[in-house]
Amino acid sequence: MTGLEDRKNQRKTTMPFSVKLNRQWLGPVIALLLIIIGNGIISPGFFTIRIVDGHLYGSLVDIVHRGASTVLVAVGMAIVIGTRGIDLSVGSIIAICGAVTAVLIRDTSLSPFVILLIALAAGIVCGLWNGMLVAYLDIQPIIATLILMVAGRGIAQMITGGQIVTFHGPFFEAIGSGYLLGIPWRVIIAAVLIAGLWAVMRKTALGLFVESVGGNARASRLAGIDARGIKVLAYVISGLCSAMAGVIIAADIRGADANNAGLWLELDAILAVVIGGAALMGGRFYLGLTVIGVLIIQALTTGILLSGLPSQYTLIVKAAVVMVVLLVQAPKARDMILRAMQRKKS
Amino acid sequence: MTGFRKLALGGVAMCIGLGMSVAAHADMVIGFSQIGSESGWRTSETASIKAEAERRGIDLKFSDAQQKQENQIKAVRSFIAQGVDGILLAPVVETGWDQVLQEAKDAGIPVVLVDRGVAASEDLYLTKVASDFVVEGALAAAWLAAETNGVCDVVELQGTVGSSAANDRKAGFESVVGNFPAINIIRSQSGDFTRSGGKEVMESFLKAEDGGKNICAVYAHNDDMALGAVQAIKEAGLKPGADILIVSIDAVPDIFKAMADGDTNATIELNPHLGGPSFDAIKTAKDGGTVDKWIKANGPLFLPDTAAEEYAKRSQ
Repeated sequence: MTGLEDRKNQRKTTMPFSVKLNRQWLGPVIALLLIIIGNGIISPGFFTIRIVDGHLYGSLVDIVHRGASTVLVAVGMAIVIGTRGIDLSVGSIIAICGAVTAVLIRDTSLSPFVILLIALAAGIVCGLWNGMLVAYLDIQPIIATLILMVAGRGIAQMITGGQIVTFHGPFFEAIGSGYLLGIPWRVIIAAVLIAGLWAVMRKTALGLFVESVGGNARASRLAGIDARGIKVLAYVISGLCSAMAGVIIAADIRGADANNAGLWLELDAILAVVIGGAALMGGRFYLGLTVIGVLIIQALTTGILLSGLPSQYTLIVKAAVVMVVLLVQAPKARDMILRAMQRKKS
Repeated sequence: MTGFRKLALGGVAMCIGLGMSVAAHADMVIGFSQIGSESGWRTSETASIKAEAERRGIDLKFSDAQQKQENQIKAVRSFIAQGVDGILLAPVVETGWDQVLQEAKDAGIPVVLVDRGVAASEDLYLTKVASDFVVEGALAAAWLAAETNGVCDVVELQGTVGSSAANDRKAGFESVVGNFPAINIIRSQSGDFTRSGGKEVMESFLKAEDGGKNICAVYAHNDDMALGAVQAIKEAGLKPGADILIVSIDAVPDIFKAMADGDTNATIELNPHLGGPSFDAIKTAKDGGTVDKWIKANGPLFLPDTAAEEYAKRSQ
């Protein structure tokens, strides 16, 4: 335990580490700023923020508004990836929890808050299932979570009976597209949840445990860390985050669309984690940078929609920009660029 | 014991089989291989074809393939073995049908493709009975032109890029709009045929077009995207259906509710009633007549005046 404390203190005091950390922030933040500036140049009025019906309204608001659900999923994914795992089932968990929410609203007279809790519990159960498969049956994470990825959408379709189940109600409409003091509720929910996770991970030793399990599960176990417990916890957190995202996505369109809710969102989430500098091999994760990663992807999506680019080119442009962002971040590529620049100078 | 039991069971099954074939002594026996029941539309297509068969006294053998082509191929082979008079096939994918269609042709059984086409030689099947997406798009444009006296700035919510429904509904709309110089498609993006896609794209259109003041109408390639757009428009502080007109395609139950509430203005039905024309085609072929290779079975345009009544009828 003292060793861990030492490392924590070191992190705060030694200079080289903090400089390295800053450099890590530099790439993604600059990329985000460049994309936002680019959007402003292509679409005049991008920076305009007005007040409509007593809430903020504008493209910048859209980015955080639309990004709120993805950011939740991505942060859960970041923690799972930190344990050297991966969670492919997040999209299906979104579909399941959206379906649970919609069907409960339609068929029962439970209070909305209870329904929200049941939906979140469904996400936790999904996470437990994934975690058990990975931690106790030692199934490779990509396969273990693939099971729920495939089966989960079927479960969601079973819950909704294959139809889009629509609902109405002030509580969920607020979660989907309501505002508190002009700020979207979903952004507040995401921010509070992520701040809580950050505090639990970085203000206690839990984050280090996650990273040590991801770095070397066996050594961690020998050092007295409950490696299996940590892994299960990571998938449960991911399930919980996806469940919240699922409720937000369903509330957004006032309906549970089992076929399409959260479809391919796992890829956006993994991409955001990687843009945020995490290694898919586990051992490190950055919540703040993951949030930046999601904002980059969302700013890009919103920017492309605003630009009026024909839809058949959307994916190509998105892929190209993401590739540039990742290249700039790759240490090898960066070194090569720097060296080439130095050679020119000399 | 088990052997005896099997024998007895077989005997009983045969008796039931015989009894049924006597009871259902119909003019025609037709096999129908359906994809599955993945959407509300497909469920109503199945119900409509079954009802039409019953009305005509046709013995319809129904097989649900649960989204699997191999199940459909098996079903078609078993229809051939049973010596049915005709086969309806709603193909789950476009390719891989040549072999089994050839088998049906060799057995002299006409195959009618319903609601989708296949990538196979035209002489392997009798005909295709399906909506023409181009006509649907054209009808939407015609309604819009009449409604706005030929003056309107339209935004378009496209379906999934590359899908035939999206390509053809776009082409049909553009072909009619091209006749009206004052109707312009000012923005067009893909909302992937989903509600959330339609909502997100519409949000960006509203931002890009001065809070929606420049937009006169939305043309959505399906109802779900239109329903997403309705919410985006409401959240931008405008009134969908009044400030911005909305026309869409498919006629799913929920769009009738939206129309009854005044949120959207028109929808064009993707016709699920394909049983009638299919059975007609098989009968014509049996009597030695010729049939077109594509029987276009397009649905009508629905307006808000009948929406409440249609919603009641369709949402049971």
